[in-house]
Amino acid sequence: MSDVSFVRTEMLPQQEPPGSSVGIVGWARANLFDGVTNSVLTIISLILVYFVLEGLLSWTFQSVWNASSLTECREIMTATWGKTHGHACWAVINDRWLQLLYGFYPPYPAEPGVNFGENTGAWPAYFRPNLSFVLLLLAVAPVLFDKVPRKLLIVTAVYPFLMPWLMWGGSIWGPVMAAAGFGIGFLAYRLLTPVIGGLGGIIAAIALPVIWWLFLVGIVAAGLESVVSISIPEVESRKFGGFMLSILIGVVAIGCSLPIGIVLALGRQSDLMIVKTLCVGFIEFIRGVPLITLLFVASVLLNVFLPPGTQFDIILRVLIMVTLFASAYMAEVVRGGLAALPKGQYEGADSLGLNYWQAQRLIIMPQALKISIPGIVSTFIGVFKDTTLVSIIGLLDPLGLSNAIRADAAWNGIYWELFAFIAFLFFVFCFGMSRYSMYLERKLHKGH
Amino acid sequence: MTTLTDPPKASFRLSMLIYDTRYRSMTIQAVAMIGFMLFAAWLINNTMTNLETLGKTPQFGFLLEPAGYDINQRLLDYNSQDTHMRASLLGLLNTLLVAVMGCITATIIGVLVGVLRLSKNWIVAKIMTVYVEMFRNVPVLLWIVLAMAILIESLPAPRAFRGENPEATMNLFDTVAVTNRGIYVPEPLFSNSLGNIHLLGQSSLRFDVSVDLIAFLIVLGLSIFGITKVNARAKHIQETTGERPKTLWANLGLFFVPTGILLALLGFHLGYPELKGFNFKGGTHMRNSLIALWLALSLYTAAFIAEIVRGGILAVSHGQTEAAEALGMRSGRTMRLVILPQALRVIIPPMISNYLNLTKNSSLAIAVGYMDITGTLGGITMNQTGRELETVLMLMLCYLVISLSISMVMNWYNNRVKLVER
Repeated sequence: MSDVSFVRTEMLPQQEPPGSSVGIVGWARANLFDGVTNSVLTIISLILVYFVLEGLLSWTFQSVWNASSLTECREIMTATWGKTHGHACWAVINDRWLQLLYGFYPPYPAEPGVNFGENTGAWPAYFRPNLSFVLLLLAVAPVLFDKVPRKLLIVTAVYPFLMPWLMWGGSIWGPVMAAAGFGIGFLAYRLLTPVIGGLGGIIAAIALPVIWWLFLVGIVAAGLESVVSISIPEVESRKFGGFMLSILIGVVAIGCSLPIGIVLALGRQSDLMIVKTLCVGFIEFIRGVPLITLLFVASVLLNVFLPPGTQFDIILRVLIMVTLFASAYMAEVVRGGLAALPKGQYEGADSLGLNYWQAQRLIIMPQALKISIPGIVSTFIGVFKDTTLVSIIGLLDPLGLSNAIRADAAWNGIYWELFAFIAFLFFVFCFGMSRYSMYLERKLHKGH
Repeated sequence: MTTLTDPPKASFRLSMLIYDTRYRSMTIQAVAMIGFMLFAAWLINNTMTNLETLGKTPQFGFLLEPAGYDINQRLLDYNSQDTHMRASLLGLLNTLLVAVMGCITATIIGVLVGVLRLSKNWIVAKIMTVYVEMFRNVPVLLWIVLAMAILIESLPAPRAFRGENPEATMNLFDTVAVTNRGIYVPEPLFSNSLGNIHLLGQSSLRFDVSVDLIAFLIVLGLSIFGITKVNARAKHIQETTGERPKTLWANLGLFFVPTGILLALLGFHLGYPELKGFNFKGGTHMRNSLIALWLALSLYTAAFIAEIVRGGILAVSHGQTEAAEALGMRSGRTMRLVILPQALRVIIPPMISNYLNLTKNSSLAIAVGYMDITGTLGGITMNQTGRELETVLMLMLCYLVISLSISMVMNWYNNRVKLVER
């Protein structure tokens, strides 16, 4: 008997996986050539991608950057590549990009007698819109990211009053006095509550600022201006344009629509029948009509609705209508969030003895807003995209400007480069916003 | 010793209107109502004063005056001597036309893209992601004017089709002409036509109904009724004997034979577009403005619908698929009987709001000169008559009615497929 064992006594060493199932080959087999249908799809897609990229890349990068007119552009193209097709003429962007960004906003809002080097004017080029934009970033940073120092919230509070002054110019006392209205309200509440009771205090805190804003601001601001004159040159609304206008309308509409939308959503969810009916009527009316009809209202009708002789600035009218439009959509998004909260949260708040506003502020709203973040951000994106509609009522947003540029003899007939540039900038903004919403969703997700 | 006190008398004091929760809600509502009514009265008063000053007291008589402008893309007959009301009606029909066409194509593209985004094929999924992000993040107005520019600038002019060696040729066996003035497609014609019925005489709302179409629809309806009967009989036999008789040929015959006979009797043929002089004649002419608007709205909305479809499919838990497989269902039946009915419940409500958005976005037709209701009533009619208040109000009313009807129909459908909870 030999002791030949027929059972293996030691383990075999682990083998490498077959070469076709790891690395690039394995990945391609699993993801691209998994079966006949997928292989065919992959090949078709690759061919498609090749043709699109080939045309697009050569159009984008084999292009003319320096020329003063489309004709010159085409001459350069013919001289360089022997054809005018398939090459972009980015010279139009090079030539007009300041206009596409700022519209006809004067680079040097003129003030006679002041000289800055060779340019006559009070301010360096586009200083005011640029500063407004930088301040905007500072103002929203503490709201968007919680790692930013809290002290920046002061900028956030001041910004709504500073921005109009920077953009439109004029006396600083108007915005300062408008801001003072809030101070008056706060003081009224603090000082009058002990005297006339809580409810009287609240009523006074609402009524006094309203009286102040309606009747006194103009007089006081004019008086202060005559005593201490602090003003910068004014810029008329019709000179606003380009992405500056889009961002202005977008930011104001987004900023104002969230609070109004929350109030409307609460009204729609409330038990008070009349309040509820009013809110439902408003929301459904606004959501039922296209934005363009509301812009028609802004351009031809809003002055008719106001007391005779009121002359409203066109951009202000557009801002009002776009804000109302955005608020209705925001209200529906927030309402979705409110409806998605389990009933136990409301009952829990009640059982703790919180009153309505405390419950909303401490329990309901933080959760409801968290649920509705994706909806809120997509409403923001929608509003920002919809700012292009103002070109239809004759404001010079980027699309309106592209028509104006094309009306110039030098650039008559140029389409793709302008559209590509505008689309690219919008894409950057909107895509950025949607990525931010994803980041926020991940951050706020508590994993339950 | 204790004394039992009576419960406090439920007397009403004025301060209870504010401090008693039983009455406070009524106070708030009364204040809100009064405030709203004051605000409305203020607005109406201002409007009346202003309009009186401008000499434009609201009245709708202008609707019966001749419009004096032409509408090139139209569904009913119209000439520039017709009234503003008829012009608005044609505009409304144009809005509905582009909305319906857009909704159908957007749904088809959107479902396809949404499913393909979930494909296991990496490159297909990525291409679809690029498509969705590209269309979602750029304004629809830009897509509309871009589509219009592409159609006008890159398609051949009608004269390119002329001559011995034309630069451009017609597509699809010489039946469709794609030019920079629009697309010409064949139109159905009847050589033994039964004529038209003129309804509503010469009024602004007059329209013609083709008797041929009515006859066709009646025959088609009867065929479908026959098919349902055949299928019901087959089902009955299957339930009693366990064997299902073959119905395919009967169904096909019932569907095609009667309609075919009717079409042959009516002398049905297609009218093809032909190049005559400087332009194409014959066939149905779809103008660039319609095509551009339709394409841009469909592709834009499809990007949103794709995301909805993807979300809906992902929302059905994987256990459902596995359970269906455990029951021995094939993948097609799993999709049709298990996944889709559940996904649809998630998909339909946001889909409704996207159809509504598409309809409302069709008002951007004004940017490319398509004469929808915004272009007629809110565009030329408003500018010609100077009746801003009336036209804008009517415009809003039209869109409100359209929106609310779409919502109603879709909500009805949504309620039908909704999960019945016990």
